[in-house]
Amino acid sequence: MPPTVAGLVQVGLLIAALAVVHRPLGDYMARVYTSTTHLKVERAVYRTARVDPDSEQRWGTYALGVLGFSFVGVAFLYLLQRLQPLLPFDFGRGSVAPGMAFNTAVSFVTNTNWQSYVPETVLGHTVQMVGLTVQNFVSAAVGMAVAVALVRGFVRHRTDRLGNFWVDLVRGVVRILLPLSFVFAIVLVALGVVMSLKSGVTVDGQEVAIAPAASQEAIKELGTNGGGIFNANSAHPFENPNAWSNLIEIFLLLVIPVSLTRTFGTLVGNRKQGYVLLGVMGLIWAAMLTVIWTAEEHGLRPLEGKELRFGVPASALFANSTTGTSTGAVNSMHDSFTGLGGGGAMLNMLFGEMTPGGVGTGLYSILVMAVIAMFLAGLMVGRTPEYLGKKLGRKEVTAAAVSILAMPTVLLVGTGIAAILPSTQGALNNPGSHGLSEILYAYASASNNNGSAFAGITVTNDWFQASLGVCMLLGRFIPIIAVLALAGSLAAQKKVPETAGTLPTTGPLFATLLAGSIVLVAALTFVPALALGPIAEALL
Amino acid sequence: MTVVNNFVKQALAGLRILLVLTVITGVLYPAAVWGVSRLPGLQSNAEAVDTTLVGVARDGDQWFHTRPSAATLPASGGSNKGERNADYDQVVAERRTAIAHREGVSEDRVPQDAVTASASGLDPHISREYAELQVPRVARATGRSAQAVHDLVAASAGGTFTETVNVTELNRALETAR
Repeated sequence: MPPTVAGLVQVGLLIAALAVVHRPLGDYMARVYTSTTHLKVERAVYRTARVDPDSEQRWGTYALGVLGFSFVGVAFLYLLQRLQPLLPFDFGRGSVAPGMAFNTAVSFVTNTNWQSYVPETVLGHTVQMVGLTVQNFVSAAVGMAVAVALVRGFVRHRTDRLGNFWVDLVRGVVRILLPLSFVFAIVLVALGVVMSLKSGVTVDGQEVAIAPAASQEAIKELGTNGGGIFNANSAHPFENPNAWSNLIEIFLLLVIPVSLTRTFGTLVGNRKQGYVLLGVMGLIWAAMLTVIWTAEEHGLRPLEGKELRFGVPASALFANSTTGTSTGAVNSMHDSFTGLGGGGAMLNMLFGEMTPGGVGTGLYSILVMAVIAMFLAGLMVGRTPEYLGKKLGRKEVTAAAVSILAMPTVLLVGTGIAAILPSTQGALNNPGSHGLSEILYAYASASNNNGSAFAGITVTNDWFQASLGVCMLLGRFIPIIAVLALAGSLAAQKKVPETAGTLPTTGPLFATLLAGSIVLVAALTFVPALALGPIAEALL
Repeated sequence: MTVVNNFVKQALAGLRILLVLTVITGVLYPAAVWGVSRLPGLQSNAEAVDTTLVGVARDGDQWFHTRPSAATLPASGGSNKGERNADYDQVVAERRTAIAHREGVSEDRVPQDAVTASASGLDPHISREYAELQVPRVARATGRSAQAVHDLVAASAGGTFTETVNVTELNRALETAR
């Protein structure tokens, strides 16, 4: 099969699988978050943790739940890494240095999964399983919980209650992520992914690291996490052995963000509202895939940093999907991509991770952007904007603006400072504009909680460990607080009846407005920075 | 102060929830996956028994060579060199010259995969083209006919969407056929 045809077949299979699965999965997730009954195991969790699952929270308490849970998550994961020598399966890899332990703890709690460490030599199996795998589940479930809380803000009227964070969190883990991960972990083992408690195997006289990869691989993709149990991530044959495992991993990282648009449509009582969001996400995803694929086909060294079993098309497909979903897993090294191809991967993150975005985060990010789009439309016609039967007044638009502006602010400030620090020069792996791209990519990845990298950059000095950690925290939690505040003020409103003057939000006009807002906000914010990095490199 | 108090209260509840979920997703879940992967048919995959999934360099003219590797074993990794990196252009050019010399062909016959590092540094695959290029040399060094070595290459070729040759498999076949 010629490579282009093979690539198109894989894209076709992927889209077909998503088309089949998103309906039942989306509807199932809608039931999960609206069900009034608790499973036995969930009751046991609530009883053990002494929380009341039947009380509902105001937006402030819901937000404090997210913050408190994430805070103890960082502390617990930090301690686990520092105390690694006391844990089993540590293989003498020692206590993780403070800066690296902080960065890694923040990275996994914020669903970023940026890796400043080389797993094979730094982390043992206990930290991987008891620390990182746990955060892979719960950080994903937190994102979904916040998205559901925002949807409740649109659906509910004249209430100050948004639901119960602990219930949304536990249900996301127990009813959605855990069963799917278990099934796909076994599928991945059947396809060749390793699941071993040993530290290495000898291959033709040389020692190659091995690990309990399959259990982590499944949730790594499904929860749009992206932290590999090996340094080469999903490029490592033990994590991603062949074309089929590769296609399944791409499917897994897209399936929940895609299906959540169905969940959204179901919950607001009009499935078209969800499909219009999915249409915009899919359109930008497809456009960016075309850019990255074409650019990589025509590179000077198309196979550098790519695995032969995937080739250029399946590498481009993975790269586009992992950067469009805030996953950050990689099956090829983005640092070796062309100016245009690597710039495309970067732009996917700079859109704010909503094409289709991470689990939950993608949905709430695009809903915030929809609020901005309707506000802009309202300005054009001189009318108070509405969306899904709720007025978008000063409070709502302010919250949306804060949510949108947090990421570019921390990203550009971080990049700017890093670029002028003398120590940065020695940290780069490539000269010229590509070196700047390495810095820009790092802060784009951290601030958008993606986690992929132009991995040639060495980020182990204190500045990078601390500043990237702070970018991950602010890029995650400022939008979350703003989104929950938005949800709170929406829920308090009464429903505005639809009139002849209401702009319909299920048609192509709204889709164009929304897509235009996504592209315009990113373009206005980032063109100057991109011009010095990937654009300069592409035009050289 | 009520916000601080409420935060502490939520964080403590969060800690209790985290510990319970750690048992479920951090202990029971991987243990269950590990347990199922002990089943016959899965175990050899799980433990990478006699694996041909990864490729490591074997020096000497009697072996087929893998792609260049930027990995430091036992860890994995790529070169992360950009395509406009002049120093790396030099490295690639030197690799091309060395391979052309080793196989006794002109430089323009050396394929891309032979001179570029893979993402993992453990890529077991090379192109059919690069494998065929190595056949005469391996045949000479092992004292076999070119046809016999060519047949081994054909047996190690495969792939779902793209045809590749698995070097690890191929070298093992050379070993056992000896």
